[in-house]
Amino acid sequence: MTDMAVPIDASVQQTVRERSRALGSLKTADRIFHWLTFSAAVFVLVLLGAIIISLVIGAWPALSTFGFGFITSERWSPAKEIFGAAAPIYGTLVTSLIAMLIAIPVGIGIAIFLTELCPPALRRPVGVAIELLAGVPSIIYGIWGFFVLAPLLKETLQPLLIATFENVPVLNAVFAGPPYGIGMLTAGLILAIMVLPFITAVSRDIFQTVPPVLKEAAFGVGCTTWEVVRNVVIPYTRVGLVGGVMLALGRALGETMAVTFVIGNSHNISASIIAPATTISASIANEFQEASEGLYTSSLIALGLLLFVITFIVLASARLMLARIQSKTGG
Amino acid sequence: MDAKYARRRRANKIAMGLCWAAAAFGLSWLAFILIELIWNGVAGLSPAIFTEPTPGPGSTGGGLANAIVGSLMMTILGVCIGTPIGMLAGTYMAEYGRYEKLAGIVRFINDILLSAPSIIIGLFIYEVVVVPSHHFSGFAGALALAVIVIPVVVRTTEDMLLLVPNPLREASIAMGMPRAYMIMRIAYSAARAGIVTGVLLAIARASGETAPLLFTSLSSPFFSFDLGKEMANLPVVINNFAGSPYENWRQLAWTGALLITFAVLALSISARVLTREGAQR
Repeated sequence: MTDMAVPIDASVQQTVRERSRALGSLKTADRIFHWLTFSAAVFVLVLLGAIIISLVIGAWPALSTFGFGFITSERWSPAKEIFGAAAPIYGTLVTSLIAMLIAIPVGIGIAIFLTELCPPALRRPVGVAIELLAGVPSIIYGIWGFFVLAPLLKETLQPLLIATFENVPVLNAVFAGPPYGIGMLTAGLILAIMVLPFITAVSRDIFQTVPPVLKEAAFGVGCTTWEVVRNVVIPYTRVGLVGGVMLALGRALGETMAVTFVIGNSHNISASIIAPATTISASIANEFQEASEGLYTSSLIALGLLLFVITFIVLASARLMLARIQSKTGG
Repeated sequence: MDAKYARRRRANKIAMGLCWAAAAFGLSWLAFILIELIWNGVAGLSPAIFTEPTPGPGSTGGGLANAIVGSLMMTILGVCIGTPIGMLAGTYMAEYGRYEKLAGIVRFINDILLSAPSIIIGLFIYEVVVVPSHHFSGFAGALALAVIVIPVVVRTTEDMLLLVPNPLREASIAMGMPRAYMIMRIAYSAARAGIVTGVLLAIARASGETAPLLFTSLSSPFFSFDLGKEMANLPVVINNFAGSPYENWRQLAWTGALLITFAVLALSISARVLTREGAQR
C-alpha cells in the first residue's frame, strides 16, 4: 500500500492510512485468535501431562517405600501403614473379565439383531433407546445394583451356583462361600449391564460400515444370514470390533460408582467370584476421604496411577485399532 | 446335498435365535433398571424435594434443594470454564492446524482423556487444587467437571467444523476476510447446531459424574451459594444416602437418582433433536 509512488492528494492518503490501519488491526486479531486456539490445543496436552505428573508426585512416597512389592503384596493394613495393591488389581481384572464375558456376546448379538433381523420400524427406536442408555450416569447402575440386584442374586443365583457346583472340582472353588449378594460376580454383572449399550452402539455403527455390495453378493450366492454375518460382516469389521470392545474394557476397568456399592470392599484375593473383594477405583472411592495424610493417601494415589497406566494402554490400543478401520472406510 | 442344506438352515436358525435372545435379554435388563428407578423414585417426589435441604441423621422428611442448587452451580461453572477451552482447541485442530502433526497428537490425547476413568480426574484436582488450598470447595468440584467437559467439547467442535464445506471458507477468504473472522462468522455459524449439541452432551456427562466430586467438593448438609466451601451436590448425596440405615435418606437417594436420569435424558434427547434439525436445514 505504502510503496505507491504516484502523487496523491491528502484525503486519499488519509483513506489509505485508515485502511491499512484497519487491515493491520484485523491482522493482529487474526494472530491473537490463532495463538489462542493454539494454546488451547497445547493445553489439552498439558492437561494430560499434568494429570500424570501430579499422580506420580502424589504416589511417590508409597512407591518409594514399598517398591515393586506394592504391586505384588496382598496386605493392606492402614493401622500398620503397610499397603499392597495386589487385591484391588486382581478385583479390577476379574470384575472386568466377568463383565466382558457377558457383555461382548450379548452386545454383539444385539448389534447383529439391529442390523440384520430387526423389523425396520423398530430399528430406529431401539437404536436410539440404546444410545440414550449409554449416557445414563453410572451411579444409577450403582444404586440399582445395591438395592435390587445384590439382594436378588443373594436369594436366587448365588445359592443355585453354590449348590450346583458343590461337588465339581475347580468350579466349586470358583463358586464357593456363603452368598453375601455383594462381591465380584455382582459387580461384574452390573458392569456388564453398564457397558452393554456402549458395546452395542459401537458395534452397530461398525457393522453399518460394511459395503452393502459385499453382503448382497454373499446373499446372492445363497448364503444364509448367519453365514453372511460370520463370513463377511465380522471378518470385514474385526479390527474395529476389537477396538470397540477395548474401549468398553477401558470403561469397565475404570468404572467407580457402579462397582463401589456392590463390591464389598475387602482387600482379599479369593478364588471364589462370589466373595466380596475390591477394585482399584472402589478402594479409592471408599477410603480416600477417611485416609490419613501420608502413606495411606499416597498409596491410594499410587492405586490411581496404576489404574491410569492400565487404562491408558487399553484405550490407546483401542483408538489405534479404531483409527485403522476409519482410514479403511475413508470415514 | 439336502442334508447339508438342512444343516445350514438349522445353524442359521440357531444363530439368529441367539441374536433375538441376546436382544431380549439385554433390553429387558435395561428396562428392568429404568422401571425400578421410576417406581422407587416417583414414590418420593414432592414439592419438599425442591424446597427443603437434605435432612440430618435420624430426622424425618427433608428434600434435596441444597444438592440441586450445588449441582447446578458446579455444572454451570464447570461448563463455562471447559467450553471455551474445548472450542478453541477444537478450532485449532479443524482450522489452523488441520494438516499439522500437533492436531493428530492432540486428537489422540483428547480421545484418551475422553474415556479416562473419572475418579483419576478427581484425584488430579485433589492434588492440584484441594491440597494447596487446604480445603474442599465447590470451586474444586467445578474444575473437576471442567476437565470432564473439555474433551467432549474438543471432539464435537472438531468433528462439526470438519463437516463445514471448504468452498464456504474459500469464498470468504477470497473476499478478503481474515481467517479469524472467517472462522467466527462463517465456520462457527455453519457448525452451530453441532457445537451446541456437543455442549449439551458435555453438560449431560458432567451432571451425572460422581467420582470426581467425591473428594473435591465433598458434600454439605447446608444450603449454600458459596463456591469457596464444601458444596452439596446430587450425585454425592445419592452416594452417601443410599448406603445409610435411614429410610428417608434411602428414599431421597432414589428420588435424586430419578432427577439426574431425567435431566441427563432430557439433555441427550434435545441434543439429538437439535442435530436432526441441523442436518435437515
